[in-house]
Amino acid sequence: MRFMIIRKADANTEAGVMPRTELLEAMGNYMEEMVKAGVLLAGDGLHPSAKGVRVAFSGGTPSVVDGPFAETKELIAGFTLIDVKSLDEAIEWVKRWPAALDGDPEIEIRQVLEAEDFGAEFTPEQREKEERMRAEIEDRS
Amino acid sequence: MASDAHRAIDAIWRIESAKVIAGLARMVRDVGLAEDLAQDALVAALEQWPESGVPENPGAWLMATAKHRAIDALRRASTLERKHELLARELEVEQMTPPDLDAALDDHVGDDLLSLVFTTCHPVLATEARVALTLRLFGGLTTTEIARAFLVSEATVAQRIVRAKRTLAATHVPIELPGRDELPERLSSVLGVVYLVFNEGYAATGGEDWIRPALCEDALRLGRILASLMPREPEVHGLVALMEIQASRLRARVGPGGAAVLLGDQDRARWDQLLIRRGLAALERAEALGGSLGTYALQAAIAACHARARTVEDTDWPRIAALYDALAQLAPSPVVELNRAVAVSMAFGPAAGLELVDRLAEEPALRGYHLLPSVRGDLLSRLGRLDEARTEFERAASLTQNARERELLAGRAAACLPGANGRP
Repeated sequence: MRFMIIRKADANTEAGVMPRTELLEAMGNYMEEMVKAGVLLAGDGLHPSAKGVRVAFSGGTPSVVDGPFAETKELIAGFTLIDVKSLDEAIEWVKRWPAALDGDPEIEIRQVLEAEDFGAEFTPEQREKEERMRAEIEDRS
Repeated sequence: MASDAHRAIDAIWRIESAKVIAGLARMVRDVGLAEDLAQDALVAALEQWPESGVPENPGAWLMATAKHRAIDALRRASTLERKHELLARELEVEQMTPPDLDAALDDHVGDDLLSLVFTTCHPVLATEARVALTLRLFGGLTTTEIARAFLVSEATVAQRIVRAKRTLAATHVPIELPGRDELPERLSSVLGVVYLVFNEGYAATGGEDWIRPALCEDALRLGRILASLMPREPEVHGLVALMEIQASRLRARVGPGGAAVLLGDQDRARWDQLLIRRGLAALERAEALGGSLGTYALQAAIAACHARARTVEDTDWPRIAALYDALAQLAPSPVVELNRAVAVSMAFGPAAGLELVDRLAEEPALRGYHLLPSVRGDLLSRLGRLDEARTEFERAASLTQNARERELLAGRAAACLPGANGRP
């Protein structure tokens, strides 16, 4: 199953402070470990929210709000997608985050929805296909 | 809470066990003993960590603990045989060498892991034994998980693993990297085991389910690990590319009620673009390493043609037919020939495909292979020869072992009946 590891923003990331060499190196090693373990799918850091926008909808009408956004701790500074067997394994990987060099960040782990989580919900196309199949079976009988 | 600690230990074990077993195997020169010692260390962790908390570097802790046990075991074993005595002393020296355990481990880890997987996939073992042993020692799966995946009893899997370890010990297979001249054959055995696991998940040969995604994920993980351990081997990237791209279609492969959905009927919006991108990147790596493409890379290139096509009609069938041509020359087999026939039929019409398929009719290797009548049925139905097509689909349905596939084929046979689907 897939998990998204979300590195929450802090004053540094929001100020656009680039990581120091030590952190870059530690982070590189950490990612490398995940590659070697065959679990890393993707990941990137994000620019501060000052460079971002929010698109809010009201009655279906979009309105665009420029960053930065105030609630720093709720913002996202980066993400990593991993493929592991369990939430526990994801936690175990996150515990190995080079936190001391990274200003003791808060990191959130969220499971990615997979096909089976949708249960009986299929795409309209599939549902249509199924209905057609049913009709054919009835035709024959 | 103890159960939390146990779950954490399970997770740590999954991450660390292969490295610990591989390191021990290098030291004690026996994968069976190495696994026993690693298990002992796991038991010690289960006893101690719930009380003491998980150590900062759990992998190093497990390794150090297992090493201590190794020394004890070697001391006790076979009444101080000189060889064992030496080995124990060697280990002790290593044990006393100072603390940069991490670096020391890292130096060895890659080679140890590779030596381990080359051993568990050694040609001296039967295929089933290679699969079970590799998933267990290199993949960190439990016997229960392997049994569930392959629909056999736990006792059977345990038995396979015990016998495999015994065979390795009895035939004195050295736990080391194969030499240059041996490498192609040994590598092909390792990749073959991984792809077999993948395929068992991708097109289950038995059972009620058409696919078992967990097995595909396990195989993908093993493949990705191998790619990071052997970045210079194009076929490793070729295999990873093939698996990533095939896995990208997993969720589109199962329709309502678990029925099989074939490539042409799949909703391509449901293909996993992340895996496709990873697969195409892996294929590029294989190609960039130079030389002509191997069998996995060729199959990946074929899969990539499908992945790039937004609709069935957009598929570059002439290129796929050409790639199958190359594959048929590199690894001639009736199954490849059958696939080539399908590609040719898509590129140049069903009649051209049928001509190739008919040449395979007497092929003994395909006797009892459900895809032959299934393909023939498809081509015949496209040519409007529906009665012949029905007979072929019915035969195909009677040959497959997979319940979901049988359903699909029976459905296609029924669709060829007069009165079905607007047939007169």
